[in-house]
Amino acid sequence: MSINLTTPEAQIRENRLSSITGYKGSIKDLATQAGGCSLKSGERGFTQTTACSLGCAQGQLVLIKDAAVVGHSAIGCGSDTIQSNINNRRGQFSRELEYTNINYINTNMTEEATVFGGAAKLREGIREAYRRFNPKVIFVTTSCVSGIIGENVSGILDGLAEEIPVPLVPVHCEGFRSKLWASGFDAAFHAILTYIVKPAEKKNPNLINIINFSGIGRKEVVRLLGRLGLVPQFLVQFTTVDQLSKISEAAATLSFCGTLGSYLASGLEEHFGVPYIKSLQPHGIAGIDSWLRELGKVLGREEEVEKLIAEETAAIAPELEELREKLKGKRVVIGMGPSFAQNYTRVLQELALEVAWTASWHFDQRHDYGGVPASVLELAKNEKDIPACVSELQVHEINNLLRQLKPDLFVCRHPGMAIWSAKLGIPTIFINDEYQSFGYQGLINFGNRVADSLANPTFVQYLASKIKLPYTNWWLEQDAFKFLGEAPQKKEKLTKAVV
Amino acid sequence: MAKAAKTIKVIEQVRYSCALAALHSVLAIDRAVPILHAGPGCGQRLSTALSTTNGYQGTGYAGGHAMPCTNSTEAEVIFGGEKKLKELITHSLEVMDADLYVVLTGCTADIVGDDSTEVARGFQKQGKPVVCAQTGGFSGNNFVGHELILGAIIDQYLQPSEEIEPGLVNVFSIVPYYDAFWTGNLEEIRKLLEAIGLKANIIFGPGGGVDALNKVPKAQFNLLLSPWIGLTNVKQLEEKFKTPYLHYPVLPIGPTETSKFLRAVGKYAGLPSEQVEASIAELEKPYDYYIERSADYLLQARVGLPSRFITISDSFYALGISKFLVNDLGLLPGTQFIIDNIPAKYQADLEEEFKDLSPTISAPVVFTNDSGTIREKLRETKFRGKPLILGSAWDQMIAKELNGYQLSVSFPVADRFILNSTYIGYNGALRLAEDIFSVLVSSNY
Repeated sequence: MSINLTTPEAQIRENRLSSITGYKGSIKDLATQAGGCSLKSGERGFTQTTACSLGCAQGQLVLIKDAAVVGHSAIGCGSDTIQSNINNRRGQFSRELEYTNINYINTNMTEEATVFGGAAKLREGIREAYRRFNPKVIFVTTSCVSGIIGENVSGILDGLAEEIPVPLVPVHCEGFRSKLWASGFDAAFHAILTYIVKPAEKKNPNLINIINFSGIGRKEVVRLLGRLGLVPQFLVQFTTVDQLSKISEAAATLSFCGTLGSYLASGLEEHFGVPYIKSLQPHGIAGIDSWLRELGKVLGREEEVEKLIAEETAAIAPELEELREKLKGKRVVIGMGPSFAQNYTRVLQELALEVAWTASWHFDQRHDYGGVPASVLELAKNEKDIPACVSELQVHEINNLLRQLKPDLFVCRHPGMAIWSAKLGIPTIFINDEYQSFGYQGLINFGNRVADSLANPTFVQYLASKIKLPYTNWWLEQDAFKFLGEAPQKKEKLTKAVV
Repeated sequence: MAKAAKTIKVIEQVRYSCALAALHSVLAIDRAVPILHAGPGCGQRLSTALSTTNGYQGTGYAGGHAMPCTNSTEAEVIFGGEKKLKELITHSLEVMDADLYVVLTGCTADIVGDDSTEVARGFQKQGKPVVCAQTGGFSGNNFVGHELILGAIIDQYLQPSEEIEPGLVNVFSIVPYYDAFWTGNLEEIRKLLEAIGLKANIIFGPGGGVDALNKVPKAQFNLLLSPWIGLTNVKQLEEKFKTPYLHYPVLPIGPTETSKFLRAVGKYAGLPSEQVEASIAELEKPYDYYIERSADYLLQARVGLPSRFITISDSFYALGISKFLVNDLGLLPGTQFIIDNIPAKYQADLEEEFKDLSPTISAPVVFTNDSGTIREKLRETKFRGKPLILGSAWDQMIAKELNGYQLSVSFPVADRFILNSTYIGYNGALRLAEDIFSVLVSSNY
């Protein structure tokens, strides 16, 4: 695969990464089939609300400090900018920046726009964004409405190029184009790679790109890389446009999340000569070891890295042993995006829990550099297979799965998921902060959080004793995957793999 | 008096959402489940906005990711999504345990021209409790959506009643979830009406649900307690069931307005005025007690009292709060910004209300949904002393710039956690006073 920066938009993940949203089987089966990109996505006859590209694209772009975003959509599509503004505030607090509101304008497309087009409003949105925020760049995100009515967004932006003296960047992230909301990350990064990033004038051998989300726990990365004489820069939230234009100067790119980082990191490698460190993600010991070792290899600093790993591992050994003893044998189910789900499966195993099931919200059969995600290959090396599914945020599936498996703990990521396990009385951890189990110290912190969440389950137990689930008795007795039509040619394999 | 703000058509900072966001009006009906015929991101985004970042109310029985949705993508856009919707409704009836299923459409379904209402009608013919409202986001905001949903339920679900129950009043007022205080507010309205001897029938919130819906046609009258939202619905009910309605535009906050409101309702309902007056006298007592007790501080704080109050909110709170602060707390209004995109035909009536906040005090009104317009207007204003900004979480920034006080009362209430608080009536006024003066005592004026 390669990243094509000559096209106006990134290809969606279904086509680019053979990503799927429906599957039931196991980790080993996933890894094997992903190698040949032979998995077909299962379809469901009953579906609950998922998520879309626009959210992922907009959520990244509105947090670039001196950029503005114009959302060309009905007002509803701007609704999650309220959450973005909260993220903005938290990020500013953790960086000791002055508080501001995000720079966002919505074109408020109405019936009239669906008939006559929304060009006039889009022009007004851009002019107002420029006048009010004085941004260095204006991103224009598209929507289902602008897409379906065939609005020529790029043409409208070209028409304003002379009037507005900053780059006007279209971001093609219509929700209906892709079932994979992560396609929105790619749309945002395609825009950044094509319009913002410049070829490096000079390389900075100590500068490392770190692709993360909010970066709240980034001081620990600064500390660890600092020990190797390296300086991390955290992308893309809370960067400036000028800083983004120079990320090509870095010596390498690391990512906290394979799903998030794939497009940007591979684009930087392929078009700007910045090596992408194709490792596990840095959650837990194996993750951080792999992250640092692969980085060491690329930079020729293997010895220093080994020394660092040895010291850091030794420093947490006693505490880790204590935690493992405490948590040993507790059964956990995981529900997260694919990269986090697979990395956290490993993390929870490092804490001596038994992973009873790994659900991921989607699955990329390969990443943009062409390989099967390292996190799933690593898990497939284990002797014992782990049952797995790809569940597209389908809480009716997760509900019946959890009722069947009765784990001691559910660990999830993606807002809105934690409540459904809690309603079953299962202690639940919601991973909001991507640094929750970062590296050595993070593993200990997370292990303690796991122990804490098991220590006092009264709240979820009370909840479960009082509430009525929104499902019929009929559904509660069905197999969790009743509505998941399996790809016919996989049937035999799947049956075997399911525990 | 009201200045039509410069005709900006775009919106900076989201202070309301789209028609589909009124899916929360379905979630607010006990054991009703929305079925979305919409794109994959709509349900999540609207849920995050209204049920999370607005008082952190939560998704309840079947909100958030539990909502059935077609998650329409390219295939439905190109080939139409009616077949998929039919399949989804069929399975939703099997899977989701509900008394009422409300199909709501998003932009994709409505633009490509799916006849979703017809699909729902197919289920109605089989006797299934399924209705459909076409709420494509481009068709209006969540106030319009709220009316469309109520309209669909009235039209497609409610059956006429043989009998009328004297004293039974249907209450239509604030918009569920959008008003972060909706449950507490509706409960307070219930208590007030019951105090003067009426039976309040409230569809939304705990104690409502399909039972309340089924009682709607039996009511003696409908009470619309709202500046304009819901007017189409009470007119529709008048037409369908011949139920008369009382339209009372001011959200009653504080003793002056609440007592006035109860007298008006009592009179309309034909209650003996002695009975109403006796109730009012009782209801006012606790309010008067607390106000007497706290008057020391209310007076001593005058050094730091807000010089002018500014509301940046929907018309419910803009008017209700202004009346309370002017008539009961002796504060003075600055410009009031009304953000709910109020249709032009209702604007004049609302302006009249602000012209007569009290016999001697009026306030200028600006109708705008764009924060840039509001910010520019406020920057032009010369404040002597600190203004009090009663708006949303967005307004922390402008309040800081103006060296003012700020309290979030209107969407998005992203900086407060709200359970059963209310701002309505005598109790609600005390609560609002607590919240405002808590801002004062916690700042270094």
